[in-house]
Amino acid sequence: MTHTYSPQPSSNQTTTTEPPARRHTPRQVAGLFIVAVSLAVSLVVAAAIFYFGFSGDGLGADGAGEVRVTNLVIGLTLGLALLLAGAGVVHWSRVVMPGPDVVERSSDDASVPAQRDSGAVRGARLGRRKLIRNSLLGALALLPVPAVWALRRFDPLASTGRERTAWTEGVRLLTDVGYRPIRVSDLQVGEMVSVMPASYLELPDEGPARLNERAKSPVMLVRMQPDELSAAEGRENWHVDGIVAYSKICTHLGCPVSLYDRTTHHVLCPCHQATFDLADNGAVLFGPATRPLPQLPLAIDDDGYLVARSDFTEPVGPGYWERQA
Amino acid sequence: MTEAAETRTTPRRGWVLSQAERLVESVDQRARSSRWLRRNAGRVSPDHWSFWLGHLALFSFVVIVLSGLLLVLWFKPSMAPVTYDGAYEPLGGVVVSEAYASTLDISFEVRGGLLVRQVHYWATHVFVAAMAVHLLRVFFTGAFRTPRKGNWLIGLGLLVLGVVGGYTGHALPDDLLSGTGLRVVEGGILAIPIVGTYLSSAIFGGEYPGDDIVSRLYLLHVFLVPALIVALLAAHLVLVRRQGHTRWGGAGKTGRSSVGSPFAVHIARAGAYLLMVFGVVLVMAGTLQINPVWLRGPYDPAHVGAGSQPDWYIAFLDGALRLMPPWQIDVFGHEVTLSVVIPAMVLPGIMITALAIYPWIEQKVTGAEGDGHILERPRNMPTRTGLGVGFIVFFVLLWIAGGNDVIATAVDVPVNWVTRFLQVSVIVMPPLAYSVTKRICLGLQRRDRDTLVHGRDTGVTVVSRDGRFSGVHRPLNRHEAYALTSYEHRVPFEPGPETDENGIPAPRQRGAKVRAWLSKVYFVDVIDQPTAAGIGASAGDAGQSDATGQSGGRMEGS
Repeated sequence: MTHTYSPQPSSNQTTTTEPPARRHTPRQVAGLFIVAVSLAVSLVVAAAIFYFGFSGDGLGADGAGEVRVTNLVIGLTLGLALLLAGAGVVHWSRVVMPGPDVVERSSDDASVPAQRDSGAVRGARLGRRKLIRNSLLGALALLPVPAVWALRRFDPLASTGRERTAWTEGVRLLTDVGYRPIRVSDLQVGEMVSVMPASYLELPDEGPARLNERAKSPVMLVRMQPDELSAAEGRENWHVDGIVAYSKICTHLGCPVSLYDRTTHHVLCPCHQATFDLADNGAVLFGPATRPLPQLPLAIDDDGYLVARSDFTEPVGPGYWERQA
Repeated sequence: MTEAAETRTTPRRGWVLSQAERLVESVDQRARSSRWLRRNAGRVSPDHWSFWLGHLALFSFVVIVLSGLLLVLWFKPSMAPVTYDGAYEPLGGVVVSEAYASTLDISFEVRGGLLVRQVHYWATHVFVAAMAVHLLRVFFTGAFRTPRKGNWLIGLGLLVLGVVGGYTGHALPDDLLSGTGLRVVEGGILAIPIVGTYLSSAIFGGEYPGDDIVSRLYLLHVFLVPALIVALLAAHLVLVRRQGHTRWGGAGKTGRSSVGSPFAVHIARAGAYLLMVFGVVLVMAGTLQINPVWLRGPYDPAHVGAGSQPDWYIAFLDGALRLMPPWQIDVFGHEVTLSVVIPAMVLPGIMITALAIYPWIEQKVTGAEGDGHILERPRNMPTRTGLGVGFIVFFVLLWIAGGNDVIATAVDVPVNWVTRFLQVSVIVMPPLAYSVTKRICLGLQRRDRDTLVHGRDTGVTVVSRDGRFSGVHRPLNRHEAYALTSYEHRVPFEPGPETDENGIPAPRQRGAKVRAWLSKVYFVDVIDQPTAAGIGASAGDAGQSDATGQSGGRMEGS
């Protein structure tokens, strides 16, 4: 690109009156371009070194090290090359290119009324055929109606799937990691464990059934001193020796509530900071959640493992229109 | 270059030029483009740094499209589970979705893949930010006035599409953060009265999360949203071209004429800026890590990362969700969670509607007729500027609220305090910002007026023979004075009499009253524009004002 502008001004230009800054500009522009080119060349060199010099083993423990190096080198060389090439053109256009300001007079923007009347608007003549116009509008308005029928098909699935989880009477609680059943003695006071229902493992591997279940069945199991609990009426026997289970799915927008404070028994949702009290039936203490966390009633089976007494007594997760308030 | 070099290069240049000429000619004969070319070569592009903001958005969109074209070659938009056994060892043997696995492959196994991913992501941030700042430029200078109200709407549509494009892209890799974002969106959809559950089921293909959503969002992200952006962009640019660019006022710069660089220079400079945007985004992508999906792990609805935050252009909605009090009402036995519906649906609806209809409201208020091609300085429309700053403060506070947990951790105070503080601020601060901005604007107007009447303070103080100190002021030259006075001076208008002389009520009196009230809000405290006579009278006792402004007149400091 640089060769089209010679560093020495040609004879027909009035060189003597040019300020020094302007005279040096072509050299500066060429310099920018040359640095840009050399950066591009160094990119090629770097690429060759990467190709021959590095094995696929990676530099860091996580295998990401090599990628970080190539990323940095390619990004910097290519990026700076383009940046400098662009800067060169800007510098060039500012000083070397002939660019006195020019004046442009605009014509009237609006189209001429006579054209409008005779042409587009009146040509359609929609206003004069009221019957045609109205029936056309009516037909267009009715077009979306069949879509309502299509939506209708989703409803039963939406409400029943939303109201039930994989928890039923006698389903064992399994640790979320390793899927082991839990005895009362496995849990220390102050401890919190994430659990899933044993019925979750029976769900098919194919399709989204397991993923969907993980969006509503997760439960937090915590143990506190039995006298710290203040169980609501009807919930007195939902705990086992101070072990209580609450849905992990936030009643605000469905994030997994997981930040548990063992001294206060408060649990905080990291998404929008809804805070619940697990010692007080999952009541909302702070934040935008409107309903307490649903509690899972607990019991012990014949082998001494923790099981659910039933499903949750209300839908878990965020509120919706059909939910029984 | 020596003379020999000149002669050596001349024939080559001649050959290239003649070939180019032949090419242009043959294209022109077929496309009949010379009239179009001549017309456009004569177009003028007014120069001001702020006029390049739209270009920045356009060029970053080009970067997004190019890097996106590379990403679609390797990305697999599928939620089918696969066992990962790629180069990233910590996740070896973990069952992940194909979308997540292919994102890891792009990052670690495709040569330069991580760079392309990071270019795509950083360019999106630049794109949305550039559009937002471009919108502010248009707003604060009144570039949205007739005949550009339609283009204002198109631009707003582009901003919304940019946000939608960014969000749908964010959700594609199926990592823990993108899944958490989807969960929040699903909760928001569920909260919509009556149709919420239907919509959620329709969007996710049944229960959340299902195994459809990634491929559905992919369609939106790589086809529908870009196609709409390209269509609206074309309309946006064609309208700018047909209506001409807005420009600052000045001598010879009227609504009917435009001064600036010729089209060819503009194109050359635009090409250079395209290269530079490319370069900057590449440097960012090379040096600043963004969206490291491998650190977060695959999406699991039962897990969440602490400090989960959406991208900045969505964060204001997340902030609103965090600040909302826990309100819930009962409508005929149905549950309506206001603490979700208001921030997730009502608030963005109001914000976008307010932006969309503002040009029409202001036209009603000012009663402006005809075209407004000349930009207005923000200080000369104090109420508009105040409203704009109030809007920005509101947005920024919500954006900060989207990171209330991060702030609480950083400054080591309870997150509840941060939330309470922001709950109050988001109501108190925007009106305060409006009021303060308006005062500042009026103050600046007053200073302009002083400058016009008394001249510019040179900073030189002289002592007269009798020991009096006075500042030396330099009267403005005609160009400077023109720039300070060439704005429309508006005053509030009267609604007119309630009834005419026969006691007949005037038609549309109520509308006129509303307009008059708004007009009072806008213009009741405008600073009087100095008249030429006033300036002359004041300058008269201070010495002759010089048209070139080379020699200064003297006057007493007040």
